[in-house]
Amino acid sequence: MNAFLLHWTFAIPEIWVLIMACVVLLADLYLGERLRDVAPVLTVLTLLGAAVLTFFELGQSGTTFAGLLVLDPFTNVAELFSYLAVLMVVLYSRRYLMDRGIYRGEIYVLLLFALLGVMVMVSGANLLSIYLGLELLALSQYALVAFNRDSLVATEAGLKYFVLGALASGLLLYGMSLLYGLTGTLEVRHIAAALVNVTSSNLILVFALVFIVAGIAFKLGAAPFHMWLPDVYQGAPTVVTTFLASAPKIGAFALIIRLLVDGGYGMLESWQQIFIALTLVSLVVGNLIAIAQQNLKRMLAYSTVGHVGFLSLGIVAGTEAGFASAFFYTIVYVLMSLAGFGMILLLTRAGFEADRIDDFKGLSQRKPWYAFLMLIIMFSMAGVPPTVGFYAKLAVFQAVIAAGYVWLAVIGVLLAVIGAFYYLRVVKVMYFDAPEPESGPIVRDDLASATLSINSLALLVLGIVPGPLMAFCFYAMQGVI
Amino acid sequence: MMMGGQPTLAAYLILGAILFSIGVVGIFLNRKNVIILLMAIELLLLAVNINLVAFSRYQGNLEGQVFVFFILTVAAAEAAIGLAILVVYFRNRRSINVEDIDELRG
Repeated sequence: MNAFLLHWTFAIPEIWVLIMACVVLLADLYLGERLRDVAPVLTVLTLLGAAVLTFFELGQSGTTFAGLLVLDPFTNVAELFSYLAVLMVVLYSRRYLMDRGIYRGEIYVLLLFALLGVMVMVSGANLLSIYLGLELLALSQYALVAFNRDSLVATEAGLKYFVLGALASGLLLYGMSLLYGLTGTLEVRHIAAALVNVTSSNLILVFALVFIVAGIAFKLGAAPFHMWLPDVYQGAPTVVTTFLASAPKIGAFALIIRLLVDGGYGMLESWQQIFIALTLVSLVVGNLIAIAQQNLKRMLAYSTVGHVGFLSLGIVAGTEAGFASAFFYTIVYVLMSLAGFGMILLLTRAGFEADRIDDFKGLSQRKPWYAFLMLIIMFSMAGVPPTVGFYAKLAVFQAVIAAGYVWLAVIGVLLAVIGAFYYLRVVKVMYFDAPEPESGPIVRDDLASATLSINSLALLVLGIVPGPLMAFCFYAMQGVI
Repeated sequence: MMMGGQPTLAAYLILGAILFSIGVVGIFLNRKNVIILLMAIELLLLAVNINLVAFSRYQGNLEGQVFVFFILTVAAAEAAIGLAILVVYFRNRRSINVEDIDELRG
């Protein structure tokens, strides 16, 4: 066997998802309208199959395809959580899409291609493969956002996302080209080795890091590069918003791990400074602007910016515990957003989006169980114990204090308190306000409501027993530093 | 910038930086037409390509030039998707004026 194909089995989950995405596309094309359910069912099977294949690879590590892809614990763990995120999106999606006449196979195909993009980013060991994974994800996302092509807001969101997303890719790529010029290689570990001989005041290096961090911040949604986020979250169909807030965030986190930690850990002090600035701005902008929002999707978008700020605290710490806690926060954020947007999905019906905070008025009288689940979700986002959101914040604060940035932790805690206000306002509206007459009945949707119950209760259970998930995150960070 | 008739690496990098800047400025200052935004995005990617080819040539390794082929391919796919979104947007809004893209704000 030639050197290029050595250890090709490491890429079996990626190959599986690629093949199945094409199968879903063709199956949906030939089966037509009446057998539309085949596409989501096949998608679920694809995800379960990929999870099994990834499980078989646990514990192995190495590179394949001439160093383009790498398999290590981080790859495995991040891929498993990406499958989980997409699985939840698929389980939530059916009724929402049907009500709007966009229940088509293409949406599942695009989800699978986006997932493949995330998987390639997560396992990218070469600037080329990281870039291609990123673009596969981004191009699928642009199409997903504009998927409801008769909706003005959705297409406008798609257009904005496309322009700013392309700008972000351009910035990242420009940084990559400078890094290539500086080190003469595209392979991340060779870059790390070559950077040892470069002083941190080297002008090209500084430019390269600034551009790369700016590109990552765009993709992650960190302020001041967050301007696309509220518009896209609000305008996109809620199923797509749910997806945008899930697996792609794991992909963006993987960019940090692959480019800045695997490649630029020797330059930690240079990019740490930029991250401190990003963290501060994100915390302030996200938590303060969210207070003024009346639209729940938009509020959750600004809350995302705030969460990215908290997550970056762990990155700023720059230690193994810091990266593990940031990864923990990312996964918790994904679970919380899936539940939060899942709740909006559950309350929608044809012609009614349920995305204003006022639409949640009196939910405790209309459907006490949903109100209770939403209470858990909001408490978790605010960081109230015993939910997992509290533990996630605690972990990043611990990491950043241990690294000596007590002042950052103090600012973080203060803004977490301010942030609690707008989450608790939703709880107040649900429990203490009278329902609006036009809210109408809640449509029954057993599959989505069962998924949402599991998803929300998981936030509570993981908050009481966070140990295993945290251990999993530490396992993922093995060999990264 | 010229030495013995051959442009230096710095000359190419400056050209790349200028093109990149024009691209970024084009995205932020343009208030007229979305098509111009697409052209500015294309310019960003081409600026990166000039950088990569110049570095590749002056370091004598081919990886950068291979990267360029992939970027060109991705740029084509990106333009296709961008124009497709633009077409559906135009059908809904009957305008592709940047100033008219104002449904979502706040």
